[in-house]
Amino acid sequence: MTQTDSARGAGIGIGAYIARHIREYGLLFALIAIMVFFQVVTGGTLLRPVNITNLFLQNSYIIIMALGMLLVIVGGNIDLSVGSVMGFVGALAAVMIVSMKLPVGVAMVACLVCGAAIGAVQGYFVAYWKIPSFIVTLAGMLVFRGLSLWLLAGQSIGPFPQSFQALSNGFIPDLFMVGRPNVLAMAVGVAAVMVLLWLGLRGRARNARYGMEDEPMGLFLLRNAIVAAALLFVTWKLAWFRGLPNVLLSMVVLTVVYVFITERTTIGRRVYAVGGNAKAAKLSGIRTERLTFLTFVNMGVLAALAGMIYAARLNTATPKAGFAVELDVIAAVFIGGASMAGGSGRIVGAVVGAFIMGVMNNGMSILGIGIDYQQVIKGLVLLAAVVFDVYNKNKEA
Amino acid sequence: MDPLLEMRRITKTFPGVKALDDVSLSVREGEIHAICGENGAGKSTLMKVLSGVYPHGSYDGEIVYDGQSAAFSGIRDSEDRGIIIIHQELALVPLLTIAENIFLGNERAARGVIDWPRTFRETEGLLAKVGLREAPGTRVGSLGVGKQQLVEIAKALSKNVRLLILDEPTAALSEGDSQALLDLLLELKAQGVTSIIISHKLNEVRRIADSVTVIRDGATISTIDARGGDLTEDRIVRDMVGRSMENRFPDRERRAGEVVFELRDWNVWHPEQRDRQMIRDLSMTVRAGEVVGIAGLMGAGRTELAMSIFGRSYGRNIGGQVLMHGRPADVSTVDRAIAAGLAYVTEDRKTLGLILEETIRRNTVLANLDAVSRRGVVDEGRETEVAEKYRHAMRIRTPSVFQKVMNLSGGNQQKVVLSKWLFTQPDLLILDEPTRGIDVGAKYEIYSLINELSAAGKAVIMISSEMPELLGMCDRIHVMNQGSFVGELAAAEASPQAIMSLIVRE
Repeated sequence: MTQTDSARGAGIGIGAYIARHIREYGLLFALIAIMVFFQVVTGGTLLRPVNITNLFLQNSYIIIMALGMLLVIVGGNIDLSVGSVMGFVGALAAVMIVSMKLPVGVAMVACLVCGAAIGAVQGYFVAYWKIPSFIVTLAGMLVFRGLSLWLLAGQSIGPFPQSFQALSNGFIPDLFMVGRPNVLAMAVGVAAVMVLLWLGLRGRARNARYGMEDEPMGLFLLRNAIVAAALLFVTWKLAWFRGLPNVLLSMVVLTVVYVFITERTTIGRRVYAVGGNAKAAKLSGIRTERLTFLTFVNMGVLAALAGMIYAARLNTATPKAGFAVELDVIAAVFIGGASMAGGSGRIVGAVVGAFIMGVMNNGMSILGIGIDYQQVIKGLVLLAAVVFDVYNKNKEA
Repeated sequence: MDPLLEMRRITKTFPGVKALDDVSLSVREGEIHAICGENGAGKSTLMKVLSGVYPHGSYDGEIVYDGQSAAFSGIRDSEDRGIIIIHQELALVPLLTIAENIFLGNERAARGVIDWPRTFRETEGLLAKVGLREAPGTRVGSLGVGKQQLVEIAKALSKNVRLLILDEPTAALSEGDSQALLDLLLELKAQGVTSIIISHKLNEVRRIADSVTVIRDGATISTIDARGGDLTEDRIVRDMVGRSMENRFPDRERRAGEVVFELRDWNVWHPEQRDRQMIRDLSMTVRAGEVVGIAGLMGAGRTELAMSIFGRSYGRNIGGQVLMHGRPADVSTVDRAIAAGLAYVTEDRKTLGLILEETIRRNTVLANLDAVSRRGVVDEGRETEVAEKYRHAMRIRTPSVFQKVMNLSGGNQQKVVLSKWLFTQPDLLILDEPTRGIDVGAKYEIYSLINELSAAGKAVIMISSEMPELLGMCDRIHVMNQGSFVGELAAAEASPQAIMSLIVRE
């Protein structure tokens, strides 16, 4: 049935194309719908410049960890320890920088190395001892929660020096010296739109050359128009507050890097192959254990980065930092369309999924909805997204 | 005496295949009846019809059991009438005890509460009957295969079995265990239990069977009565293989060159059962342009041999040497084996050969991704070109290489697996059941491709359960049984009878 579908290939109608890629468009549409909804019910508070800035600051660490979690989940595993690791590394940073007065740069590198080591230990047991990742990382979750309590002796440690805080609360200065509006922010927005459009058109040209099926031109333009409008809108709003937050820059750079890794590199390909069918991958000469190991090391590094960003934002390391964050991260990846069985899922999906969670958190907080209802609603959204996925898959089969 | 069971003119069709065509079977009360036939002849299908796995109405024909017409709608129905089937893959739960396994689904219980003393008492009685000296509380997983087989029979006895069906009961057993099992069957017979035994081992069949029915290509060929005295192995072999050989194989110019691949004193042990040797002192050579076949029945160790050579993907304690072009080759991991010039096309393309959710393009380059990449970045244009090239060369019928392989037919999937391995530029291709589950037209194309490969100087090892295929395609055929080569034949002088005789006379 699918064969006859693509026999018509390029001539396929917009409606039919959307129906076949309902998951991707559905996700984008859901994010827009949720934003519009909260924009209306919060009386315009959601998209005020200061709140947009806050949205990025509040969700950066979740998005950064979702990048690593996507690779872990695509590889057919899960990591429950990221919240605890994040808290632990934040505490470690505080002890090194505040208590031991180590130089910020040295401490930051040490923290990343520590994250890599944590990921390596957990990945070692998952990959080479074949212990289910659920169990290994559940153990890790308990261990590092306990270790951060021990490290902080139950207290909060802070404040951090300015240079460390800048990791999270800093803004990129306006190179054009205008200040408000921040011309750099607007210029970056325009440049980003142009780069996206250029990449999109180049991809279409390449697809056409190899006879690959592609989204209809009208849809391509419409989708890019929406994305461009959103980008320009956001950068314009940011420009009227304090410009581009540092953390937005690290987030965007990391996202681009991980999109490239997952879609264009051999290592990315192989992770998908391992998650899709580990036995076949192994018999194709792929070193499956090593890849699984590496996805956990990568996750550890990103969790460490997230821990530092979180501590820098609060300007203190607390024993409760990162509590239950792993659930938000995992939820973001699944809302973004990854499959629990491994082998499928996209970085962009995970990022959008994280934003959906973030906007809901933020919007519901503005509305003063209690944490009780917030949890219920987030849970239902996760379930709905996955049910939608399964429903579409069954319809396809 | 009236027969206990009569299956009359059974015909069972699967989409596109007639698995059973007008098969009849008659089993007398109190006898041991053997069913013989090649792999895929329809023996297991027939037993599934009998036991209700294929329910009444899904086949044509009639089953008369114990004087009544039987219409089983499921395995439960047939078990209620005393027909118990023991499959080749034992259906025991390793983590439960012997007693729990025997009464699983049939618990000795009052209102849902298990009566343990009664369970254990009855278990002891049953174990005594089958001659298994183990405590009822022993975990099944800690028993050897032979003892597990006895637990299965005890379980059957607990259900008041009248007709016991055993599918290749001795295939995984050692010599001693096999003898014990056969003795038990004779003893059960003395107690009035009728048995049907499916077996490839003709010496065993001759020892215990009262009559033998031979099935070939889904049809009954003959029923031989042991009392008549003409139950000889030769007769059974002739009936098992005696099919006409049509010209189903493309011609090939046979021209063997230098020795490409050499295997010396290869030994492999079972990955879990530590004392079970799967491959024993095996040696072979394959020359450039040569197609060497390996014949044997299921369980002979052919796949285990291939996978143990290919990066130690099977087994443990692997010993022996692999030489490529006369020099020792490192085949200790799959990527090293590929680098040494080996390629293994699996018999199980869906679980071991393909990533079903991915496209043809991605599957084609998977084993040689570096060839379409620069510094770890995949060149998608180059990748597409490669996939397209193989799509044309292999005549894969699909509109584009961006199709997911799960949407392809079996024959086209097999061609994708072949493409993947050809793209690694191997010197030796090991093809494991390369035409399993694909239709006749696609088979011919696969045969042509194999001929093209050997003409291009590749060395090919072909493992197949279809003897005509081996005879039609190979230059030489090794016959394998229980982990060893029991004979080598030049294809020109080989016949199905000759091969089958080597297999069944161990």
